[in-house]
Amino acid sequence: MEKKHLAVDINHATVRFNMASESILSIKEYFVKLVKGQLMFQEFFALQDISLQVDKGESWGFIGTNGAGKSTLLKLICGILKPFEGTVQVFGSLAPLIELGAGFDPDMTARENIFLNGAILGHTKEFMQTHLDDIVEFSELREFLDVPIKNFSSGMTARLGFSVATMVRPEILIVDEILSVGDYAFQQKCHKRMEEMLSGGTTLLFVSHSIEQVKALCKHALWLEKGRIVMSGESSEVCEAYIMRTTF
Amino acid sequence: MKRVIQWIRNFLKYKDLFSQLVIRDIKLKYRRSFLGYLWSVLNPLFTMLIMWVVFSNLFRFDIQFFPVYLLTGQILFGFMTEATNSSIASILGSTALLKKTYIPKYIFTLSRVTSSLVNLLLSMIALIIVTLFIGVPLTWHMLTFIFPILQLYFFCVGLGLFLAQGSVFFRDLQYIWGVIVTAWMYITPIFYPISIMPEWLQTLIKFCNPMYAYIAQFRDSILYGVPSGPNLYIAGIGWAMIMMAAGIWSFVKNQDRFILYI
Repeated sequence: MEKKHLAVDINHATVRFNMASESILSIKEYFVKLVKGQLMFQEFFALQDISLQVDKGESWGFIGTNGAGKSTLLKLICGILKPFEGTVQVFGSLAPLIELGAGFDPDMTARENIFLNGAILGHTKEFMQTHLDDIVEFSELREFLDVPIKNFSSGMTARLGFSVATMVRPEILIVDEILSVGDYAFQQKCHKRMEEMLSGGTTLLFVSHSIEQVKALCKHALWLEKGRIVMSGESSEVCEAYIMRTTF
Repeated sequence: MKRVIQWIRNFLKYKDLFSQLVIRDIKLKYRRSFLGYLWSVLNPLFTMLIMWVVFSNLFRFDIQFFPVYLLTGQILFGFMTEATNSSIASILGSTALLKKTYIPKYIFTLSRVTSSLVNLLLSMIALIIVTLFIGVPLTWHMLTFIFPILQLYFFCVGLGLFLAQGSVFFRDLQYIWGVIVTAWMYITPIFYPISIMPEWLQTLIKFCNPMYAYIAQFRDSILYGVPSGPNLYIAGIGWAMIMMAAGIWSFVKNQDRFILYI
């Protein structure tokens, strides 16, 4: 099958957390439980039999209640989690925004963190050097460039994180409920940036509890419930069905 | 073969991250301290002075250039201790990052061992000062000091990978390791000559204690200015290879399960 047009290809993926009923983290406990025969693992399927084909340039919103498996699905696509069964293939460069500023080191200055975070996203130092000005410009944090991140407010940290991650036009952008950060003006700026990227051909995978945001940004939507796909298709239809279900 | 190429390509992609992490470790280590990097030189120097005062008065070993003898052993053993201790915490300490984004996980361990290596090279300044001060004869063989350090580096990378993956599943390892290192220090001839031990123990240490092989090579080059015998090289390289194999194998085998335990 020709897969050239695909950005993400998930086939019957299942994610299993083989979690101990209470996590055993010391050798002594492990042996005590082993001897007592209490070493039971509770299987928990965070995602079951998920199949999803995302074409290049498409925008998908993932919706569902808390614990439905939305973030797990994003982590699966990012490669943070490996599928227990099934396959996940990603074609193109990824920029995961699962949490803004996850790669920041609080003791280092904003400038140092820009380079560190860029490196985490797989960019070279020279590349970051040429984009430094744009990043600083977009985040509007020029005067705080040499201040350690630990003295930043959460909004400022998020600004910096968003600026770094979206500075480079990734082929696939993964966004997990992060646009609620920052002040109103900055939120608008983020939306504008994401719309720009979308029209530039970036594939967007977006998790949000704001149905309005999903409708505004995404053409397609996927509704997850307890790790299974309930419905997928046009975002307006899926969102409507989802609202119907949850309100009545 | 395909996997190796893939692996190398992946490392090259993240080589900047690797160097950034090393630089971060070094920068943060002494940030806001008054003397900064100078501590990397002063620390081994002070420790050596204390040991020298203690051991040259309490026990009298007949060792020529005793301060250099002490410092050579202490610097290498200190490197191993620092590298393994920071490796153990390397995966557990990066949970925030590992949960949020995809990065080859071994990078964290590798960068910790490498920043310890940089620290070791700074400590070499202390060694050079003491060597010149004491008047150890200078020879060309001193330049071979790099070989034991390289062997030890790879040994520590392997050991670090093994410990890092192990401590994800059994956190006790962090505390047990402290005890093991202390015991290890006493069976390594750092402040005593190996000749004070009974014959059978000497043989045992020569075969089973990798640190002996590295320190002995190091002393041969710096202190005695003679080439090391082939046995030391075989032991040193052999241990490094065994440890690398064990570390990489266990790490690769378990790395996909880290996320479930951190």
